[in-house]
Amino acid sequence: MNINNPYRKDFPIFRDFPAAYLDSAATAQRPDCVIEAEKRFYETMNANPLRGLYRLSMEATEAYEDARESAAGLIGAKSPAEIVFTRNSTEALNLVAYSYALTFLKEGDEIVTTVMEHHSNLLPWQMAAQRTGAVLKFLEPLPDGTLPEEEIDRKITEKTRLVAVGHISNVLGIENPVRLLAQKAHAAGAVIVIDAAQSVPHIPVDVQELDADFLVFSGHKLMAPFGIGVLYGKEALLEKMPPFLRGGEMIESVSLTEATFAELPHKFEAGTVNAAGAYGLKAAIEYLQGVGYQAVREIEDNLTALLMEGLKELPYVHIQGSEDPKKHNGIVSFTMDGAHPHDISSILDGFDINIRAGHHCAEPLMRFLGVGSTARASLYLYNTKGDVERLLEGLPKVRETLGLDRV
Amino acid sequence: MALNSIYNEILNEHNIRPTHKGEMADPTITMDGKNPSCGDEITIQLKVGEDGIIEDGCFTGSGCAISQASVDMMLDLIIGESKERALKLYDIFMGMIKGTASEEEIEELDEAMALKDISHMPARVKCAVLGWRTLDAMFKE
Repeated sequence: MNINNPYRKDFPIFRDFPAAYLDSAATAQRPDCVIEAEKRFYETMNANPLRGLYRLSMEATEAYEDARESAAGLIGAKSPAEIVFTRNSTEALNLVAYSYALTFLKEGDEIVTTVMEHHSNLLPWQMAAQRTGAVLKFLEPLPDGTLPEEEIDRKITEKTRLVAVGHISNVLGIENPVRLLAQKAHAAGAVIVIDAAQSVPHIPVDVQELDADFLVFSGHKLMAPFGIGVLYGKEALLEKMPPFLRGGEMIESVSLTEATFAELPHKFEAGTVNAAGAYGLKAAIEYLQGVGYQAVREIEDNLTALLMEGLKELPYVHIQGSEDPKKHNGIVSFTMDGAHPHDISSILDGFDINIRAGHHCAEPLMRFLGVGSTARASLYLYNTKGDVERLLEGLPKVRETLGLDRV
Repeated sequence: MALNSIYNEILNEHNIRPTHKGEMADPTITMDGKNPSCGDEITIQLKVGEDGIIEDGCFTGSGCAISQASVDMMLDLIIGESKERALKLYDIFMGMIKGTASEEEIEELDEAMALKDISHMPARVKCAVLGWRTLDAMFKE
């Protein structure tokens, strides 16, 4: 099963784990180098970073700040000061909603997002709209997931102050035209917030090229430890925003009644930080860069094509979104006649095949697509032809297990 | 596959060809049940006579095979029984899943015994009990 994939051996879980893991859009598996980096941090550098005046603490600080540079480099930020570490994408989006939107949006302003967002890029804006009196507007895609330019022009107006959009849909796998959206947002005098949780692990993302004002991603989807995520923000914007959380290590000076805040990015990193997680993130970024996005793309595109071809052979399976495998970015959601997605996932588990089932934290999109829920297979650089073949062989067994073919 | 033994012929039959799926014109009690985390939704209608006997029952809704088949099996069991007997069966069903019901008690569940192994699939227990929880709520309100 490893023959065609030179990277699989780097992932310890596959050594003793019999399953075909096809749920990387939920979380990726971790390579040895990431697990070892986090261990190495605790074994050789562990002290509370950014505080101590002794060498060990300074070493921890250096490891943490190196990770920030590494993240800045990955997405093309101008300076590490534009990289704020968070727990994950959700926290990063909430930071922008609480700090930026609540401060700068007012009644009558408009927030534009899409019907295909993950709940984490919807609920913070619902909150911001409720509290500021801003109006939420939704871009609606065509059946294949594409956002037409006319739709963008209809919804982004001179009242728009913030556009929040997912770079790649976690359900349809389609890439949204974020560069175009950024241009339209800026022309209207709005900022753009890009949820890049599903893109940064799979395709090159450059915040300069996209002209992103804010961009977020989670470490765990790109093979880093859980609990470390990134908020990129343009320095001028981050400068004028108030802190999100307040407490230790984000201050300049404090009296009993007031405080002044630390420089960027520390203003947004209250409390003891996840330095070991950041160090692990750096190892994950280096691993990903070592493999190269080109190779990731090639593996995912080939396997997605194989998967979609196979699914099309099964008359009772219906793929959601585009017909073109290249537009899926390794994410294929589908439904099966007569079988609920939860049964599909449960039964496949009995054959050691791991896929996700449900609404994928995107209930409004499920309603828009007219399905209650879907099954979803998602790929990453360690998947093999064998994984895809097992899923394709598993689906007829799902029908059989449910007794559907004896009807 | 041992893990998939829950999808046995009895469960599949109730899922594919439910006996009690539909609506009735004159129910005495109607109750909705929902598993928000997985989106299973059912509505149960019962016609309970003045003597407390469940004369008829039916359900509508959507969800996984386990949730849908379990409601259908439950209605098979309780139609023609008293409210008290239905609640007793609820206790036995819950006891079967928790592993506290005796073999003799479990026998009383008839075809619903097919769900005994659901306790080995913790993520699906809520599917199996949706109908029963809804029934319990109906009689307690």
